[in-house]
Amino acid sequence: MVNHLFLPLVVPLISAALSVMLGRWRLLTRTLTLGASLFNLGYSGWLLWLVSSAGRQVTQASAWAAPFGIALVADLLGAVMLFLAALLMFCTIIYSLLSMEPEYEQFFYYPLLLLLLLGVSGAFLTGDLFNLYVWFEVLLMSSFGLVTIGGSRAQLTGGLKYVALNLIGSTMFLIGSGLIYGLAGTLNMAHIGERLITQSEPGLTTVIATLFLFAFGSKAALAPLFFWLPESYHTPPPAVSAIFSALMTKVGVYALYRVFGTVLPGELVRLAPLILVLGGTTMVLGVFGALNQTEIRRVLSFTIISEIGFVAMGLGFASAAGLAAGLLFTAHMMIVKTALFFLAGAAEQVCGTGDMRRMGGLARREPALATLWFLAMIALAGIPPMSGFFGKLALLQAGVSQGHYLISGWAVLVSLFIFLAILKIWHEVFWKKPVEDLSQRPRLAPALLIPGALLVILSLVIGIGAGPVAELSTQAGTQILDLPGYIEATCGPAGCDAVTLRSH
Amino acid sequence: MILILAITIGCLFAGGFYLILRRSLVKLILGLILLSHGVNLLIFTMGDGVRRGAPPIVDKNGVAPINVADPVVQALILTAIVISFGLTAFILTLAYRANQVTGSDDLDSMQGEG
Repeated sequence: MVNHLFLPLVVPLISAALSVMLGRWRLLTRTLTLGASLFNLGYSGWLLWLVSSAGRQVTQASAWAAPFGIALVADLLGAVMLFLAALLMFCTIIYSLLSMEPEYEQFFYYPLLLLLLLGVSGAFLTGDLFNLYVWFEVLLMSSFGLVTIGGSRAQLTGGLKYVALNLIGSTMFLIGSGLIYGLAGTLNMAHIGERLITQSEPGLTTVIATLFLFAFGSKAALAPLFFWLPESYHTPPPAVSAIFSALMTKVGVYALYRVFGTVLPGELVRLAPLILVLGGTTMVLGVFGALNQTEIRRVLSFTIISEIGFVAMGLGFASAAGLAAGLLFTAHMMIVKTALFFLAGAAEQVCGTGDMRRMGGLARREPALATLWFLAMIALAGIPPMSGFFGKLALLQAGVSQGHYLISGWAVLVSLFIFLAILKIWHEVFWKKPVEDLSQRPRLAPALLIPGALLVILSLVIGIGAGPVAELSTQAGTQILDLPGYIEATCGPAGCDAVTLRSH
Repeated sequence: MILILAITIGCLFAGGFYLILRRSLVKLILGLILLSHGVNLLIFTMGDGVRRGAPPIVDKNGVAPINVADPVVQALILTAIVISFGLTAFILTLAYRANQVTGSDDLDSMQGEG
């Protein structure tokens, strides 16, 4: 068996190490970074095709059979997330090459990006709970470096809150992993699922599940644990904001879907009302926060929180349809949010500020930027033909068909406010007459719009070709809840308890 | 033994959360350190074999050895110690830099703007 699932981890790791060593030769570092992310993009695209046509792919570390060694398991959920992460990282690297101040490179900007990609890819692929914790720490470590890169006052204070709250979240995750090891005697996710189906202590499992909800909820910026996000997301350079909005909260979402959907489906049913309430609260708090902000990237940060509420709602429906819709919405939101952050960065570059009260007049001055923003904006609001419409439609369909009328209506209401918040940016930044004289400022390099344009087109393609994409997400939703299939893929048809150590 | 450990872990968690809720940055970091110690001890108690009776290791013939502690929890704790050591070092450096820039140790006075 070829251990190819290690490739998307090994390639970024080696490239990051090499680019630290070769930091003096900038062109070499940049080529290496771009090459590694391109490799991950190509590989994960192939893996997604393989998983959707041939089922789950598994690699056993050092050929130790699954519950004894650490298994890497790629199912549709993992493969889709891996692909999106590689795609958005690739776009971010292109955007960074075009926009980043060269002095950041001596602070190891590109190696940090690659390590972030490594941590995220590892988290999406691992089949072991403690290993998931380790990957979380890998990606957090590099994100700490990225969020404070440059070291301005706002970055340091925002970064402190980011670091402290994430450490508390990680601690909760560690407590949960420790307790689950005590309860199930294993850390392999398939094995945990297998052993906890028939359990003697349901109360203790619920305690552990609640700890996981806290831990992953704080990573995903679920209410009331989102306060680190708006403090830190708008402070680093726009490229960093964009990749954070693409990846950081989504790893939390992935962990919620994986642990509650696959490993502890019984607890998902038990905690579903709580998750729905938290999701509904997150939606409305995020959007009201967004309406109250005057800085362009702060508005966008708060709308991330609001959308996390939608994704949590998909989880709270506790059904294959809900999870599928949540995954579709997550994919849409990763693509569109990253595009919006790219475009916001370009708008800030033109105006020299991110404060919307001092911006304006960009619709006439930069029509290409305005067109792209408009398309991304209606995608975010959920207007056809962009991808957001189908994401929200699938969520509402899942909700209504299961009789969750209240939360579905609530989501429609919140969507209107999200549109209002994003419309405010449109009005202030693009339609309003310029507040300051922009004639002296340099023109925007058209190349800077390319990564954003790519993502907007992708959103349009997902919107127009919604059929196959929805089919894939439906398949993924069914697969998330298919614990027996997950166990069989990881440990073999007889289950994890039947695996014995082979003597080599 | 398990009772003493449980009380110790409880005290570490209580102290850690109390310190985290204080406004001072240094106390926040000390609280995080206490919390990580508490978690390490908690994982340690999970390996006592109370629930399962034996550590998950077998010899070549598939027989569980006697008088052996659970090696998995020790590996987990070692990993967790290394990670929390690295993160503590990072957050201390960050706090030092933030203190240099803002001239304050009070989290409430460190608002993002300005």
